Amino acid sequence: MSSNELMIEVKDLTKSYGPIRALDGVSFEVRRGEVLGFLGPNGAGKTTTMKILTCFIAPTEGQVIVGGMDIYKNPLEIRRNVGYLPENAPLYPDMLVSEYLDFVGVIRGMSRADRKVAADRVIGQCGLDEVVYQEIRTLSKGFRQRAGLAQAMLHNPQILILDEPTSGLDPNQIAEIRGLIKGIGKEHTVILSTHHLAEVQATAGRVVIINKGKRVADGTPRELEQQRGGAVYEVVLLKPADETDEIPAVFKQIDGVDAVEKIEAADDELAFVVTGQADKDVRSDIFRAAVDKGWVLLGLVRKQVDLEEIFRGLTVVDTGKGVE
Amino acid sequence: MGAMLAIWRREFRSYFNSPVAYFVITVFLALVGIMFFVPFFAQDRVSMRSFFSLVPFLFVFFAPAITMRLIAEERRSGTLELLITMPVRDVDVILGKYAAALSLLVVALLLTVPYAITISFFGSLDWGPVLGGYLGLLFMGAAFIAIGLMTSSWNENQIVAFIVALFISMLFLMVDRFIVFLPNSLAPWAEYLSFTSHFSNAARGMMDSRDVIFYLSFVLLCLFLAFRSLESRRWR
Repeated sequence: MSSNELMIEVKDLTKSYGPIRALDGVSFEVRRGEVLGFLGPNGAGKTTTMKILTCFIAPTEGQVIVGGMDIYKNPLEIRRNVGYLPENAPLYPDMLVSEYLDFVGVIRGMSRADRKVAADRVIGQCGLDEVVYQEIRTLSKGFRQRAGLAQAMLHNPQILILDEPTSGLDPNQIAEIRGLIKGIGKEHTVILSTHHLAEVQATAGRVVIINKGKRVADGTPRELEQQRGGAVYEVVLLKPADETDEIPAVFKQIDGVDAVEKIEAADDELAFVVTGQADKDVRSDIFRAAVDKGWVLLGLVRKQVDLEEIFRGLTVVDTGKGVE
Repeated sequence: MGAMLAIWRREFRSYFNSPVAYFVITVFLALVGIMFFVPFFAQDRVSMRSFFSLVPFLFVFFAPAITMRLIAEERRSGTLELLITMPVRDVDVILGKYAAALSLLVVALLLTVPYAITISFFGSLDWGPVLGGYLGLLFMGAAFIAIGLMTSSWNENQIVAFIVALFISMLFLMVDRFIVFLPNSLAPWAEYLSFTSHFSNAARGMMDSRDVIFYLSFVLLCLFLAFRSLESRRWR
């Protein structure tokens, strides 16, 4: 099997609930070993898409191939290949974690010996050791989410579909779950939905943004950055005795810089946001320019892709608000 | 098959993991006990007849109480979505849950056997009609459970599921009593659909194959409708 084999293929996916179009011609692809972040505001159609991918609901129109199989023809086969964690990790509250994992193993047709091995594996992977013999109802949100993840990974599926795996968790728990997903993503194909942008930056290699049932962007964070106006640098200088307007102009002349904007800074500092082409790193040029002029450079960073901004730009535009 | 058994086991244990089973069975046994034994000592016959005319009316409440949760609660909490997106057929889900509720009903019925044994000490009890009556109750209970499972599959509200199941069960139990209000052409239908009329043979100790066929087809119809409403999510 080639490493870039197509694992999920979605073409012109449409889902109508009566007059409401939850999904309107969405297309995307996911390859083996890829972590895809599925991003969009609440109600954009993320959950609907995931429910279709897991064969829980049927689309109104469109073609969906999961793991080489058509959702109309082989729904049962697809369910065998897919691990799914629905939103809020709905698990049976009256079962022990161990019982629940065993139950899932039986449903998935695993032998007793396989179930034991698989349960031990996911309990380790998801850090569930201390709650194995606890009733699910008594678990904290973080542990419940992990139990949900363990359930999805029990049969070692090729494809993992996770709907908002970190919603409602505290920052520590979020970090743990993200680490977990990142680890899983090395061997499996993962689709995770979220409306937290930081999550995508922390875990996903590629992003699909949907809004109001339509795909508005698809690409790596780098590619999206390019689409949305390039790289962003933050430059901080020690305030020279004779502050001139020359500074922005000097930076502006550097090849590859598009815009320089002065921003708020401490009293004895000057700070600028420099935007430039994404495929060219101009940090060394900025450094040299500052040295030439005798300015003291206190800080120079290329900012992480600001998905937040991209996201807002793409999803808020039609309302006419929120765009600078 | 493995999936169906797993669902049956899970559901059956879940009755005993919560107060539901204990509460419902206790109330059932207590009501049967009081309503059966109080008049029993006032009469001079040793017979289970009043027991067999009493239990169907308690079943009308008892069955929906143990079935209302089965699918509605899973729908509400979202566990149904997770269950159905596993490689399990809808029919396994329906049959597993049905078998679990029916098992609980059988447990409740078996717990009334000591009542029959008790009264057999007071005189000679004719065991033929008693066995027939129990068989009749089992079939009728199976039909009530099927009704309850069906209404539980219709929406995500347990209370609605309970009330609708109660209503339908009551209707089928008593429809023969409304014959006088019905047009003549409908009277044979009312007679045929009534659970009471199908029960009377059994209570006399002779289970008729026509009654068995009636109950079995009734159960299958309800389970089929439940199955369809599980499936219908695909087209919503």
